[in-house]
Amino acid sequence: MLEKALKGSPKYYIWIGFLLLLILGGSGVYMLQLMQGLTITGMSRDVSWGFYIAQFTYLVGVAASGVMIVLPYYFHHYKKFKDLVIFGEFMAIGAVVMCLGFIVVDIGQPQRMLNVLLFPTPNSILFWDMVVLNGYLILNVLVGWTCLECDRQHLPHPKWTKVLAYTSIIWAFSIHTVTAFLYQGLPGRHYWLTAILAARFLASAFCSGPAILLLVIMLTQKVTTFKANVEGIATLAKIITYAMVVNVFFFLLEVFTAFYSGIPGHMHSIVYLFKGVDGHAELVPFMWTAVALGLGSLCLLIPPRLRDNIKLLPWSLAILVIATWIDKGLGLLIGGFNPTPFETIAPYWPTGKELIVSLMIYSLGALVVTILFKIATEVKKETGASQKEAVPAEN
Amino acid sequence: MKLYNGGKIITGLVIFLGIFLAPLAYNAGKAAYIQPKLKMPENEKECVESKEFMRTKHMQLLDQWRDWALRDGQRMYVNSKGKVFEMSLQKTCMKCHTNKAEFCDKCHNDASVTPYCWDCHVQPEGLKK
Amino acid sequence: MNHTRRNFLKFAGLTAAGLCVASAGGALAVSGAGSAIRDDEKVLKAKRWAMVIDTKKVGTKETIAVLAKACHAAHNVPDIPGKQNIKWLWAAGFEEAFDQPNNYMDEGLEKREFPLLCNHCTNAPCVRVCPTQATYKRADGIVAMDYHRCIGCRYCMAGCPFGARSFNFMEPRLHLDLAALNKEFPTRMRGVVEKCNFCVERLAHGKQPACVEASQGALVFGDLSDPASEVRKVLREHYTIRRKPALGTEPGVYYII
Ligand code: SF4
Ligand code: SF4
Ligand code: SF4
Repeated sequence: MLEKALKGSPKYYIWIGFLLLLILGGSGVYMLQLMQGLTITGMSRDVSWGFYIAQFTYLVGVAASGVMIVLPYYFHHYKKFKDLVIFGEFMAIGAVVMCLGFIVVDIGQPQRMLNVLLFPTPNSILFWDMVVLNGYLILNVLVGWTCLECDRQHLPHPKWTKVLAYTSIIWAFSIHTVTAFLYQGLPGRHYWLTAILAARFLASAFCSGPAILLLVIMLTQKVTTFKANVEGIATLAKIITYAMVVNVFFFLLEVFTAFYSGIPGHMHSIVYLFKGVDGHAELVPFMWTAVALGLGSLCLLIPPRLRDNIKLLPWSLAILVIATWIDKGLGLLIGGFNPTPFETIAPYWPTGKELIVSLMIYSLGALVVTILFKIATEVKKETGASQKEAVPAEN
Repeated sequence: MKLYNGGKIITGLVIFLGIFLAPLAYNAGKAAYIQPKLKMPENEKECVESKEFMRTKHMQLLDQWRDWALRDGQRMYVNSKGKVFEMSLQKTCMKCHTNKAEFCDKCHNDASVTPYCWDCHVQPEGLKK
Repeated sequence: MNHTRRNFLKFAGLTAAGLCVASAGGALAVSGAGSAIRDDEKVLKAKRWAMVIDTKKVGTKETIAVLAKACHAAHNVPDIPGKQNIKWLWAAGFEEAFDQPNNYMDEGLEKREFPLLCNHCTNAPCVRVCPTQATYKRADGIVAMDYHRCIGCRYCMAGCPFGARSFNFMEPRLHLDLAALNKEFPTRMRGVVEKCNFCVERLAHGKQPACVEASQGALVFGDLSDPASEVRKVLREHYTIRRKPALGTEPGVYYII
């Protein structure tokens, strides 16, 4: 089926070329990082993880979120999601590829990376994260690819794909739980040291991930003949809404616990993020933007009339994505490292080079997603599934 | 039986074989490999183990020395003749082999390997900016 | 010792079976059954190494700088300006060090500086999280590092609640006085994490840690499990505290207040 990715319109080629260019440019800066070390980033002795790991964390959520489509489809036989399942799986592949990419660029000695396999260490959560992420990648490739191939040949899906699909549903929860465990088991990092972190991760993943997916699908509809089931989209929007409500709720639980107990360790990070400490207020505008956008997205998503407005929906989703990204892609990491073990504040901000390398990984992910979506939509076109009307009813 | 696209396939194969065999062609007729002349220690005739062993297995030996010294905390090596050495690249090996360029690099360069020992371990000649 | 013996036997068996010809174990296969490994006769041994720091004696930036200098010179620790710096031993105020501010403290204590270093925790989170066992715990309680194996993921830095670890963001040799290197000890390469190693390389040859040696008696080093040891004696005689005891890592560094 890969050959389907080779034939496309000029626009398709321009887009692919553009992404390749970004990847190429980014790899130049990555080479620089390989030669000079991570000193080209904004990280420091006190904030020893930064933008890379934050993106990794966010994208694990995106990868896990495909389950919000796959689960209703397989467990509840919700047929309206039939045409979306493959996109959920392919999106997950792209997201996991980006996750792995961000890990690789974050590591100080990437050529020794296989030490994780040569000296397997089950007490390290990072070891398990590697296991579950790669497992999830394989599961999605196997299931997605095989099912699409069968669709193309008008064959029923083989039984084993169903078994693997069920596995991947449970697996999806595991990848984000394990990723949360990376953080929440560390003594002395109070912002992370909370039992609800995994639940928060899942909630924010299950709203932001499907939101991104839905945005990409809307875009796909614009540039291909594919047309998703309208009801399916509405249901997905509903799922996103619920997940976002839960996400906000979980965060408020944190706030309550911290401030009602009044324990300084629990309050410090939150105070630093939202109010600033010792004259350091670097993240304050961002965090309040996240609050405003998060609440804004809820206002636009909760009333059914607004949520079902297909013109408005992309905007609601976009601000939701931005809000969750600030929370998890910025606040989580920087807030976790501040205050430092010495009760001081160590401001962190990614450098331009760090951002370019990140852009490289994002472009790589976009490339994977583009190619996979291209294949999926071509197959759908070939089999005549979920296509736009030959003659549009209006305009 | 008909070979579809036969011409293209065969051209492809020929090109592949050409590239694949290029190194052989490139080296054909050149003199055989000669072991480089190493600068041997002046005051010491015997290494930790036999010359043959050291030549072929010093990397494995160093690998084990590292684990024994660091992980097991046992720093002394008793060789097959009962002689005792401290397991240390800098404090043992390089005390006799006092010149990395004249010793290590010679073979490593010929074999085109670049072990990164010296990224951390201080070479006997000392370091220069 | 047991551990090594077992490895030997295992190894001998494998060689005999001819399974191990080209593997890392080749050394003994060729050199014959005579080879063995052992300690230096002068080695200092303990069940649980620990350090007690008399902060009344080393309580100023200057006195601590002497210790730091001794340590950093012995271990080729670079002096990097800025926030990507590397330190094995350094000075910090009471609140930074102990995270338990008390108001209206005695002025002497309020102004006192404390030498901080890796605590060689009994339940070390850095060991727990390391995905490659590059950070590991020795039988004598020392939390050691194998820089050959470290992949630079920095998980241990997030895990250490004491800020004891530094990452080589850049080539450390750029910030070392290359003429003044300790030639008996390696430097590090960029991309790995490092920290105080309780001077294992010195203990192995019967020497006290460099900082202890430089402290003129203000730092005491010894076996915590031995009631007759010097550290146990000072612990009995003085009021001491450890950093962040509530986290349960069981630090091996004690501070006389
Ligand atoms: S102080 Fe930090 S680095 Fe040292 S053993 Fe404890 S947790 Fe590990
Ligand atoms: S940075 Fe090195 S020592 Fe630290 S956790 Fe990673 S591999 Fe282990
Ligand atoms: S014990 Fe050794 S390594 Fe640790 S701080 Fe003292 S001198 Fe440095």
